[in-house]
Amino acid sequence: MITFKNVKKIYQTNEQSIAALDGVDLEIRKGEIFGVIGFSGAGKSSLLRCVNLLERPTSGSVTVDGQELTTLSAKQLREAKQNIGMIFQHFNLLDSNTVFANVAKPLVLKGIKKEEVHRRVTELLAFVDLADKADHYPDQLSGGQKQRVGIARALATQPSVLLCDEATSALDPQTTQHILRLLKQINAEYGITILLITHEMGVIREICDRVAVIEAGKLIESGTVFDVFSNPQTATAKNFVRSVMQDEIPASVQRLIEQRDAGHHVYKINFLGAHTGQPLLSQVAKRFDVDVNILHGSITELQNIPFGSLLVELIGETAEIARALQYIDQSDVNVEEVLADAS
Amino acid sequence: MLVNYTDIWTAFLQTLTMVGLSLLFSTLIGLPLGILLVVTRKGALLEQVPLFNVLSSVVNVFRSVPFIILLVAIIPLTRLLVGSSIGTKAAIVPLVFYAAPYIARLIESSLLEVSTGVLEAAEAMGATPLQTIFRFLLPEALSSLVLNLTIATIGLIGASAMAGAIGGGGLGDLAITYGYQRFDTTVMIITVGILVILVQGLQTTGNLLARKIRRH
Repeated sequence: MITFKNVKKIYQTNEQSIAALDGVDLEIRKGEIFGVIGFSGAGKSSLLRCVNLLERPTSGSVTVDGQELTTLSAKQLREAKQNIGMIFQHFNLLDSNTVFANVAKPLVLKGIKKEEVHRRVTELLAFVDLADKADHYPDQLSGGQKQRVGIARALATQPSVLLCDEATSALDPQTTQHILRLLKQINAEYGITILLITHEMGVIREICDRVAVIEAGKLIESGTVFDVFSNPQTATAKNFVRSVMQDEIPASVQRLIEQRDAGHHVYKINFLGAHTGQPLLSQVAKRFDVDVNILHGSITELQNIPFGSLLVELIGETAEIARALQYIDQSDVNVEEVLADAS
Repeated sequence: MLVNYTDIWTAFLQTLTMVGLSLLFSTLIGLPLGILLVVTRKGALLEQVPLFNVLSSVVNVFRSVPFIILLVAIIPLTRLLVGSSIGTKAAIVPLVFYAAPYIARLIESSLLEVSTGVLEAAEAMGATPLQTIFRFLLPEALSSLVLNLTIATIGLIGASAMAGAIGGGGLGDLAITYGYQRFDTTVMIITVGILVILVQGLQTTGNLLARKIRRH
């Protein structure tokens, strides 16, 4: 649906050239929700803006729906843009226009008939649950409502791609959830491909199918959300994952770990996928002469697959513990002893 | 001393004529000029840096000539345009030359206040440059435009007083010839009083209008 081939975006300042995008290759499939995450200044904003040519790549090609945008004439490009909706961090609504007029804007620009505009806008406002706010002005709305107006406006021309530029970064957590749910609904109901950029890993976890991590203008890691969360390769990706997955060992457990000499053995059991549903620990307790003490854990769901880890203490004879561990290993759940120096 | 109210009324109408017509013509020139100053600058919608530099310099030249000098300097042009170099009509020409570049700058500053985000949204929607100007830039700046045009109008009232120097008439002229040169304090006070009320009324109306447009 969207393809980047060796896309470079270089900014020239006096005697320095800065590469905002440094050879990006990316393939976004039709109907998926793809997230690009990175710290500010990593180039994610340039990447998003290269899709509808708000920024023109210095070199490389960007195709949307099979159309190579950089070669289009100004008129063709304006038409192509109607197939690409966009929502913004600060909404970018016209304060001088009512909610209705804001949503109608892309249709009016296209020269659509008044009755048709009215029908379409009414439908869109009902979809984003703002039918009663049609005559209000943006400054009378909350942040979440403004973003819903932005979404309705972006959908007005029935695009096949929706670009989200930090769409929830200016919203509180609860409103963020509402907007993300709405985006997911749009994706499911209309089959619109969504490309979003964010610096919040929570957003990626919540709605994305696949994710790419961008740093210094390069995509340093990409894959399904499940793969990147369960097995991040780069330090940056690990940092992002840690920001939403609690894998810090609590102080009380840390103290226990330090008493290994006194016979305390703490293990970290990583559940990746379907295994979370298995009664693994109760089996261990039944089959072997060990007691299982669950110390800490967090299990979450990624793309409907359970994922997480448990910290447990196994109490019993050393030989028995070893046999128990072997059993756990055989059920291909990843297990490792947590040692004092590994914090 | 007896106050001649007919003279005051005539002067009042002369002021209204001078200010009204020169405001009309200078806005007709200043508005497109202001828009051009915004859209041709570096990085803007219709970037044309050489054109921008020329326009900006021309505006600066006219803005730097004191009105009283402009008044005399363009007399030949005035004669060409209205057939005479004295009288109310003749005063309108230098007033337009004075106000149009000023209004262009005021409009420029109003349009520059429009958030870049809104313009980015226009670009993302595939708006043409004309659509961007008329459906995004101008409506978003309207409230600020009204306030700035109010400032320009009040500036014109002040400048029209000097137009008395070329026989333009008007309230300012009346205040100077009767009040200052003939020591007629009463006429002076009345004319100044009328000017004060006029300016107050204009500013209040401008503020109300701007607020109504801004919807707050």
